[in-house]
Amino acid sequence: MADLSVKVCGIDFKNPIIPASGVFGYGREYEELFPLNKLGGIATKGTTLHLRTGNLAPRIAETPSGMLNSVGLQNPGIDHFISTELPYLLTKDLVVLANIAGSTPDECAEVAAKLDDTDVHMIELNISCPNVKQGGAAFGTSCDMAGEVTKKVRQATKKPLVVKLSPNVTSITDIAKSVEAAGADAVSLINTLLGMRIDINTRRPILRNNVGGMSGPAVFPIAVRMVWQVANAVDIPVIGMGGVSSGRDAIELMMAGASAVQVGAAIFTDPYAPVKIVEEMNEFLDSKGIASVKDIIGTVQPW
Amino acid sequence: MKYIQGNYIIASKEAIARNIYSFTISCPEVADIACPGQFVHIRAKGYTLRRPISICGIDKAKGTLRIVFEIRGEGTEEISRLNKGDLIDMLAPLGHGFTVSDKFNKVILIGGGIGTPPMLPLANIYGSKAAAISGFRNASAVILQEDFKKTGAETVLCTDDGSAGIHGFVTEPLKELLAKGGIDAVYACGPMPMLKGISALCKENGVYCEISLEERMACGIGACLGCACRTQRNDEEYFAHVCKDGPVFKAEEVLW
Repeated sequence: MADLSVKVCGIDFKNPIIPASGVFGYGREYEELFPLNKLGGIATKGTTLHLRTGNLAPRIAETPSGMLNSVGLQNPGIDHFISTELPYLLTKDLVVLANIAGSTPDECAEVAAKLDDTDVHMIELNISCPNVKQGGAAFGTSCDMAGEVTKKVRQATKKPLVVKLSPNVTSITDIAKSVEAAGADAVSLINTLLGMRIDINTRRPILRNNVGGMSGPAVFPIAVRMVWQVANAVDIPVIGMGGVSSGRDAIELMMAGASAVQVGAAIFTDPYAPVKIVEEMNEFLDSKGIASVKDIIGTVQPW
Repeated sequence: MKYIQGNYIIASKEAIARNIYSFTISCPEVADIACPGQFVHIRAKGYTLRRPISICGIDKAKGTLRIVFEIRGEGTEEISRLNKGDLIDMLAPLGHGFTVSDKFNKVILIGGGIGTPPMLPLANIYGSKAAAISGFRNASAVILQEDFKKTGAETVLCTDDGSAGIHGFVTEPLKELLAKGGIDAVYACGPMPMLKGISALCKENGVYCEISLEERMACGIGACLGCACRTQRNDEEYFAHVCKDGPVFKAEEVLW
């Protein structure tokens, strides 16, 4: 049995696997299938200052080796999260990354300030949601805005701050450097890629929001490339995600430079995916005689 | 709510109409807890998203579920290629089903097209207390009429083009039955315009109505919030989710 534990921003994870924000709610629905303590952590559903109803349906579409979503940050608001969801998750023996979002830098900071008084382990600031009209990706696609919102949130909390980056940019390394300079403790990437499908019979986009975020195995090579580039550009840890659906994928992303790995769409295909990925990582490490998963982080040997 | 994910053996497969298949699946632990109106979430090999399919039969003694589905796209086509003896990957039973009450002495079950299968478990429960109205595009799309007759329910068949049964929509026989009075509940599943019409008629007549909705879905268990449905609860607009809050809703709650 290899040592699967990792440390990110001083926080100990028993294994590197974290269900990504949005696919896993606040964990309750999946606990019907397996104990949450099998996971290294959980990135909770993106939470805003006030309740958000989200976008009209359809919000989901299948794509080749992947999917689109345009949920639009439907969530019950940060007060509900703190009073009802967080206490439940804090009893589950896993790292809780509270994913937060807002329409303005001040709103993001206000949400972070509310979390600062709680026992949440980390804050993951979403500056990359493609499905909301204000805030969201608008913050994540400009270095200045990304830096500004990170700075505001940094001032509002002492919690380890992870900033979740958008791949829908010309240079993700520039954005990563900008949030690092503004005080981020880590970055997580990639959020979904902006995509679109059209029903050719009705000539209507399948998503009611017209466009949405693409995820699933199809985006995995893009995630590997961006994690590798960002890990080489910044000195803070990188949490990798994007199309991971097997233990081999998770190992690959860690070799590219990820210190931990989030799993998203794969959970829709197989709800046990995160648990199986942990088991498969262990099998790989044992088969190679590698004692600790920490020993593979960033070990790709580029040509 | 309890649900299980597993691989189960397909005990029988039958093509019952053009592009419509019936599977009987041996899954005792799922059959044991399944209720009318719930659905199963089936993995289609090679696809990211599972496909939600309503339950058409629950046999707790034999430990089987029956599903009837139509090929709508590549995912359901892939599922239709499975054969008797193959394993089918299901996450089930899911969702909030129909309210069944022994106080109801006369109920109407209405299925439109591929919305007909989830009405059959209700017909099995209510038997001769039920009138089952089924509507289809034409005679070649008609399914399950013999199954409904076996339950003892009164059956009414409609087709859009008059090639079988009554020429017209399901709302015509519904109007007649409602006019006679004594109806305790109406249950319906089918295309949205049909459900909207049925809901309006029930509201006019003050008859309790439950409808089963369909939406593009990802997780199937209420975590991802993909399958939103606008509803009204306690005078407040609420984005419910078809997979967990539904697929069955009280008709009066749905905002069209």
